[in-house]
Amino acid sequence: MTHSSATNGIVANRVSPQQLADNFSDLHGPLDDHEAQVAADRCYFCYDAPCTTACPTEIDIPLFIRQITTGTPEAAAKTIFSQNILGGMCARVCPTETLCEEVCVRETAEGKPVRIGELQRYATDKLVVKGEHPFTRAASTGKTVAVLGAGPAGLSCAHRLAMLGHGVTVYDTRPKAGGLNEYGIASYKSTDNFAQAEVEWLLSIGGITMQCGASAELADLQARHDAVFLGIGLGGVNSLRAEGEDKDNVTDAVSFIADLRQADDLSKLPIGRRVVVIGGGMTAVDAAVQAKLLGAQEVSMVYRRGKENMSASEFEQELATSKGVHLIYNAAPLRVTGNGSVAGVEFGYTQTVDGKLEQTGETFSIAADQVFKAIGQTLLNVPEGLMIEGGKIAVSDTGATSVKGVWAGGDCASGGDDLTVTAVAEGRDAALDIHASLSR
Amino acid sequence: MADLKSNFIGIKSPNPFWLASAPPTDKEYNVRRAFEAGWGGVVWKTLGSEGPPIVNINGPRYGAIWGADRRLLGLNNLELITDRPLETNLREIKAVKRDYPDRAMIVSLMVPCEEDAWRAILPHVEETGADGIELNFGCPHGMAERGMGAAVGQVPEYIEMVTRWCKQYTRMPVIVKLTPNITDIRKPAEAAMRGGADAVSLINTINSITSVDLDIFAPEPTIDGKGAHGGYCGPAVKPIALNMVAEIARSAETAKLPISGIGGITNWRDAAEFMALGAGNVQVCTAVMTYGFKIVDELISGLSQWMDEKGVTSVDQIVGRAVPNTSDWKDLNLNYIAKAVIDQDKCIKCGRCYAACEDTSHQAIAMSEDRVFTVKDEECVACNMCLNTCPVEGCITLEQMAVGEVDPRTGKEVVAEHGDWTTHPNNPSCLTLQ
Repeated sequence: MTHSSATNGIVANRVSPQQLADNFSDLHGPLDDHEAQVAADRCYFCYDAPCTTACPTEIDIPLFIRQITTGTPEAAAKTIFSQNILGGMCARVCPTETLCEEVCVRETAEGKPVRIGELQRYATDKLVVKGEHPFTRAASTGKTVAVLGAGPAGLSCAHRLAMLGHGVTVYDTRPKAGGLNEYGIASYKSTDNFAQAEVEWLLSIGGITMQCGASAELADLQARHDAVFLGIGLGGVNSLRAEGEDKDNVTDAVSFIADLRQADDLSKLPIGRRVVVIGGGMTAVDAAVQAKLLGAQEVSMVYRRGKENMSASEFEQELATSKGVHLIYNAAPLRVTGNGSVAGVEFGYTQTVDGKLEQTGETFSIAADQVFKAIGQTLLNVPEGLMIEGGKIAVSDTGATSVKGVWAGGDCASGGDDLTVTAVAEGRDAALDIHASLSR
Repeated sequence: MADLKSNFIGIKSPNPFWLASAPPTDKEYNVRRAFEAGWGGVVWKTLGSEGPPIVNINGPRYGAIWGADRRLLGLNNLELITDRPLETNLREIKAVKRDYPDRAMIVSLMVPCEEDAWRAILPHVEETGADGIELNFGCPHGMAERGMGAAVGQVPEYIEMVTRWCKQYTRMPVIVKLTPNITDIRKPAEAAMRGGADAVSLINTINSITSVDLDIFAPEPTIDGKGAHGGYCGPAVKPIALNMVAEIARSAETAKLPISGIGGITNWRDAAEFMALGAGNVQVCTAVMTYGFKIVDELISGLSQWMDEKGVTSVDQIVGRAVPNTSDWKDLNLNYIAKAVIDQDKCIKCGRCYAACEDTSHQAIAMSEDRVFTVKDEECVACNMCLNTCPVEGCITLEQMAVGEVDPRTGKEVVAEHGDWTTHPNNPSCLTLQ
């Protein structure tokens, strides 16, 4: 049965299949050859380039762009992959507007940066889509390393270790590899099953055994391998700590995003008529925008602090408003109302006084038949014995944990932003440290 | 508003912008449209002798060099003189000149290096009512292999001889078009002058291969697997052309010889520069082949505005204005001291000046931790390389040091007196004189 945006309740099939396909197509289509040349022409080939410094994986951006202008995008791709083996996904999901493109000197000069993210995608697609892998393994070292978690950190670490000649086994409890690349990113940022294609391409270096859908104990891994890397991410979701949070149809945004990504047929995915997303990060934006794209009539995204504090970038916020999401700042949930199922959320306006967030006393309610919580994730299932710092596994600059022979990186580890690109950098650097340690 | 009317060796045109002898002036259709667009004159594409016309290649005739955003910077061509019958061209020239009496109509000619051939064609041209002729001694490919074009232009004696024949057999003014594919442009210019030429025009195209196809290992443009050198033109050749124009304009022997400037002229500024270095008018080809006839509107408006700003009322007043300031290196003032200055407000912190100076020049730019770039006056020789690599116009400037200041690089005081190499103590020939 066909529904519309105005159909009450949580139902599927609110928009036509054609509209759904359009809604969930690539946010930025790939640059064609001509567009890439025009975009690449704008790079000034800066000395000690600010974009490279701003990139957590320190990709030599001016070099790869020059390689594009000279007709060798394959060489450009190799420049990218040598620093960031998940450069294809990062090209799609990096908040470039707060990283490389923010500091591009043409942003300074004209307010229009070089389109670094899109150029990176142009170059990396040339190799990933062709299935050509640019690296080969070093001779086997005879050492083996276990990697727990097949997300960006784990995959990056595994690839670098394999490249250096170590044997790697990657364990992940979920059925597919990729971690948040597979389960946690808005569908319109990674279309055509790119996450799986990228994993397959990455694994073609050889020397990596995947154990998906399998759990593993640290002690056991330590016993069976020469080193262990933990890239287990953040498995828990923060609660609202608001009355009525346990009502039906109040769920985690991360689960919604994962369900969306795994859905074979989006027209079968139910969505509320009135959706409220609580939170101010990328997860909140991804959930809110996709709720709208599935056909929800009203989507409100409510954040307890001001616009300037929101961790979702300006670009992400604009994307949300352009899709019709109503952004509400400075409001915190007080209680979830409804009889069994959610019917609305009551919010209290907030203000910051002397650095402390306070209620102003003024309240308002938003009708809702579905609420998504996106107020941050927490570390769960940490193996015993590891030192924790600020809710995360404490690590050194090179990812070494407090336990000898165990490294960690990505969202589960201390330091750095919770970004794909940061996870890739941490996984890579931990691999280099593991290699150094195993070579001693 | 400035009067752009031009009188070049007695040939009048409403402005000093002519189309050079080339594909844009090959036929009536084009030339009429050019005149409608506002061009002051044309040099009709080179005519050859009576009889079967020459044939052109049927593969690619042009090769190109591009800058950023695929902006065409240089063009190489393999086209020959007109491949249409002489009679057709003559008939069309006559018709167009009749309909556009106020425009300059020059006919470019290239016939075998024999007196009879030139004597035969000149009356036919004269009969069209054309205002003058231009002798094509420059075409560097194809025709040169047959003893014409550049083959004549590279031998001053031939230039003088043919020019003399033309002056003898026609009343029309004679312009001699020079090839740049020689070592000293003054020699052919002097030869043309001795032969009685009314003017020279330069430059014709430069021998060139634009690129090589790296799959089939053949020069481009490639015709059936082979390539031949062509003639290079467009913005890339402008500096070479400007120098050659200036060489003739400032040489005592040829100082009075009128010059029609050609070579990469794309906008009003280029035209003004050629004229300042001694060209009485200018000829354009590559720019119209790239952008169409309409650019003449900008040439006219730009030159007019600039002349108004300079308080100049006629084009004659700008011709040669930069010639007295064009000197030999030995006469440049070694006591002039300047330093590069970076405007921090305009700087976008790309660091290109730093790379240029640190890697390849004088290590005279400092870079701070937070990417502030400053000039080290004690190292700066004012070479200008930083300014040339800076993407922001006006961000880096060269500023002259005042008399009495001490140059931190040399520790010497800046003096007011002119001091050049001819009097410099390090000059061995200067020492000899003492």
